Amino acid sequence: MTGDTKIGGRGGQFPATRWSAILAARSKDPAERSRALETIAAAYWKPIYKYFRLRWGKSNEDAKDLTQEFFTRIIEKDYLDGFDPAKARLRTFLRLCADRFLANEFKAAKRLKRGGGAQHVSLDFEAAEAELGRGRVSLSVAASPQAMDDFLEKEFVRSLFGLAVDKLREFCSRRGKQVQFQLFEAYDLVEEESERAGYAELARRFGIATTDVTNYLAFTRHEFRRIALEKLREMTASDAEFRREARALLGVEAE
Amino acid sequence: MNWLSDDAISRLQAASALPDLAGTRYRIIHRIGSGGMGAVYLAEDAVLERRVALKILDLPEDSGELATRLLREAQILARLEHPGIVPVHDAGTLSDGRVFYAMKFVEGQRLDRLIVSVGALSDRLRVFQRICDAVAFAHARGILHRDLKPDNIMVGPFGEVLVMDWGIAKILHQPAAPAAISGDEARDAISRDTLKTGHGTILGTPGYMAPEQARGEVENLDERADVYSLGAILQFLLIGCGATPRPVAAIALKAMAEDPAGRYASASEMGQDIARFLDGLPVSAYPETILRKAVRWGSRYQLAIVLVLTYLVLRIVLLMWFRR
Repeated sequence: MTGDTKIGGRGGQFPATRWSAILAARSKDPAERSRALETIAAAYWKPIYKYFRLRWGKSNEDAKDLTQEFFTRIIEKDYLDGFDPAKARLRTFLRLCADRFLANEFKAAKRLKRGGGAQHVSLDFEAAEAELGRGRVSLSVAASPQAMDDFLEKEFVRSLFGLAVDKLREFCSRRGKQVQFQLFEAYDLVEEESERAGYAELARRFGIATTDVTNYLAFTRHEFRRIALEKLREMTASDAEFRREARALLGVEAE
Repeated sequence: MNWLSDDAISRLQAASALPDLAGTRYRIIHRIGSGGMGAVYLAEDAVLERRVALKILDLPEDSGELATRLLREAQILARLEHPGIVPVHDAGTLSDGRVFYAMKFVEGQRLDRLIVSVGALSDRLRVFQRICDAVAFAHARGILHRDLKPDNIMVGPFGEVLVMDWGIAKILHQPAAPAAISGDEARDAISRDTLKTGHGTILGTPGYMAPEQARGEVENLDERADVYSLGAILQFLLIGCGATPRPVAAIALKAMAEDPAGRYASASEMGQDIARFLDGLPVSAYPETILRKAVRWGSRYQLAIVLVLTYLVLRIVLLMWFRR
């Protein structure tokens, strides 16, 4: 298999049945735009909050205000109209928008906010602040745009996987598959590799057969993958962009 | 939302990237490599207790274009039953919607990596001859490879040569004797092929791609496009094995002629020229002067000439001896 084979032709577009927050953010319908903002903010607010904290050295209070205003303005100022997936990845584009916002618009935005500007997004900043402490983030990431892009990439994956885990929990709960989810949590989500129990130990702990551990994990991983890719689809505007992003998300880039 | 550690993220990525083989006869051993549309895994066929290679789409897609392309590749391989072409065993769709096919697991080395350990020109040319044989067979079945290059050729431990990666192959025409594929299926495959590789679409690898292929002249491509790639492979094989004999250099040059009309008409013709060179016979790409012919003839019958000359010299010496 080769990575340098050139395949031409036009990139596929999303079928009309797929909902894309990127496309919806350009909609004339305010309700649709608001829904798009919520979806984009849900996946990107933590990376952007951390970016303001690390790259620009903002206090947590300032970073909170900045993050709130930034996502509100993404819609209000039609920032996403300028996004072209052929030229840049969404997180790089958002980073550049964040820089521009910080340089040119924050003062005006702050005045607007003090005057009663609307806040559309409810965000758990305490959790984001705690994550910054847990993530052992090196200050050197702020040193170069590339390191910052890598940091944002990682934080985006963390954020999107986090949303997918939440959705998987709900999904398992609705279907009466709490044991499956708990097993997934105990095996795949455990923080440190050294804390990970073996299949036999998990089978004993959950009172199930070892083969059930295999099957339950296969089920939850299958669903996790499906949900994570669904979430990613919402963050992309074309099939070609989705495939490129999904390869990066799952770490299956061509060798 | 739970905070996910870097370890947990790596685990989730690895688990999500692996195909779900539940309900199939295969068990993944490890990933061998990945490319433009999918990955190849080494797997165990639990029924036949043998190792196979599974080529699997790495992601679902809306258009179904890549799935069609992968299945088409499997169908083409199924039509090409030849010792020089990797055989396909099975094809289908996994429970997670990803299309796959199973093929022989080739234990060997890629040509570009193997070549450093094969120094002798004659050995390299014998390997090349086998590549020509496999490509000539595909041409006879109406299939154009379109991406021949050293990375797509495997050489097994017993010197067997296997041409791989038929993902962008083009169906030129129906074979004279129909293969296992039905007429309808073949026609479907052809129409899909035409759909995906319309005029202006560039498929192939720079450096190994014929000029007309690089210009996207899909309708004009024929066997001679693969002949050009074979010429580029031959040139690659000549690197690092000393001075290149003029007839071999001429074969490569002829194969890589800018104008397809100047090339060999087929891979088979090119392979025959290589065979003739190895047998010490004249090659069509290299017109000989009388002197060159004599040198080649002398080189080919060196032993016989030495014996005859020795006999004649002895005869003269003895004759002169008795006359004295």
